[in-house]
Amino acid sequence: MDTTAIRQNFPILGQKINACDLVYLDNAATTQKPKEVIEAISNFYSQNNANIHRGVHTLSRKATELFEQSRKTIGQHFGLTNDQQIVFTSGTTASINIVAQGLAKHYLKPGDEIILSMLEHHSNILPWQMWAEEHGGYLKVIPLLMDHSLDYNTLEKLISTKTKLIAVTHVSNSLGLITDIEKVKAIANQHRIPWLLDGAQSAPHMPVNLLELDPDFFVCSAHKMYGPTGSGLLYLNDRWLKELPIAKTGGGTIKTVSFEKTEYVEGALRFEPGTPNIADVIAFAQAIKYMDGIGMQEIFNHEQYLVQYAQQLMAELPEIEMYGIQKHKAGVISFNVKNQHAFDVGTLMDKYGIALRTGHHCTQPLMKQLGVQGTIRVSFAVYNTKLEIDYFIEKLKKVIKMLS
Amino acid sequence: MSIEEIEKEIIEEFDFFGDDWESKYEHLIELGKSLPLISADLKTDERIIQGCQSRVWLNANYDDGEMIYTADSDAIITKGMIALLIRVLSHQKPKDVLQANLTFIDQIGLKEHLSPTRANGLLSMVNQMKKEALKSI
Repeated sequence: MDTTAIRQNFPILGQKINACDLVYLDNAATTQKPKEVIEAISNFYSQNNANIHRGVHTLSRKATELFEQSRKTIGQHFGLTNDQQIVFTSGTTASINIVAQGLAKHYLKPGDEIILSMLEHHSNILPWQMWAEEHGGYLKVIPLLMDHSLDYNTLEKLISTKTKLIAVTHVSNSLGLITDIEKVKAIANQHRIPWLLDGAQSAPHMPVNLLELDPDFFVCSAHKMYGPTGSGLLYLNDRWLKELPIAKTGGGTIKTVSFEKTEYVEGALRFEPGTPNIADVIAFAQAIKYMDGIGMQEIFNHEQYLVQYAQQLMAELPEIEMYGIQKHKAGVISFNVKNQHAFDVGTLMDKYGIALRTGHHCTQPLMKQLGVQGTIRVSFAVYNTKLEIDYFIEKLKKVIKMLS
Repeated sequence: MSIEEIEKEIIEEFDFFGDDWESKYEHLIELGKSLPLISADLKTDERIIQGCQSRVWLNANYDDGEMIYTADSDAIITKGMIALLIRVLSHQKPKDVLQANLTFIDQIGLKEHLSPTRANGLLSMVNQMKKEALKSI
């Protein structure tokens, strides 16, 4: 991987923080953006801006074509043949809320159960908890094994006749652990239970083929995939594309409207009321093209190499405690310095220009399970290098010394 | 000493480090370690300042015309900052606490610790200290 060339494509990475080179290791929170993505936004507003889907004029047609071409590009990236299965949303959180509010209308009944996992981000807990509280439903949780991986045997036992959905993360944002999707899928299919896959942390780091995985729902965010904030997607399989009730409605979703009755369109547009985030959707497609230009498997391999290299060096430091150490994981390492607060370590590392995330990472139930207030998280992207890890380790040692 | 006099004293103390942030932070860490702990029975959930990465406990008393603050945190850098804030605001009249601008924090180059990211709870702590002072007027 030619990281030198890749880095030159990310304007922000040339920046100094506290007179040190920026070492950006907070990619699980959001990735930096390549020139192509930044230019896509600027180009849209300077050359193609118009509202889409309804206009008869040239600019509107151009904008509509760019927008719908983005749906095709993104659909193809995920292995889909029907691009209508890609619904544009403001991101993962919005997508899960659309599913939760839609399912709550008719499909979910009081007393029903939804299975989540201990690894979930708050955004894949709270919409379901809101449903459970408002409608008398129940949440069940797949526990962790000693090595912090999910206990799939217990998943089987959690299933009852009341189980209506399994909603799990593809990759844990706090620990980087990759869920064994084949196991979840086999159990879900065997019991004919729909399942939702939270791909916020997998889509940026590995090949994801939705035609093969075949979940009922898949969600992810553009800004974690080198794209802009405020854009993301909801994938629905054919059943839910037709059947999922919409919770929000408005212009652009209809065939005919009268004060007595409205007939809605079919396909993705039914879920996209109002003027969508056109510029950012187009930039999202550009980010997807950028990743495909490098290759998702290549990105995965590069980040794997960085994780293994960093883990190996960190294992040599007796003051470090790491969580969720496994052979196969996406580009995340979660750790603490023994007897030191994550906040102190993060604050001092920032002085050396190193951007890390500290705290609970929006996974408070997981932190409680690990018995910690929070962790320090290092997360990689395609532009990170071995040299940056060496610098990170050197400064980590120094910070440990300063604090002790 | 007045709030302004103490602030001036702290600025002079930190001037000694110049641009050497490492020594400055080592000093802050030392200050954190030397902070007299809040007594254990006061470290209750009611005294915790919520929503922050590093937890901060604050206790305030009004005694003989002065505010008396004690506090603690589980993060040492936060504790160092608390030590400075207590040095400035404790044993001052409630009216003076309310009017304190605390510009010294900017002048000693530690303004980032009062940023509104809520990461360390110091901004909330200052607000809480002022609220307690207001109650005593």
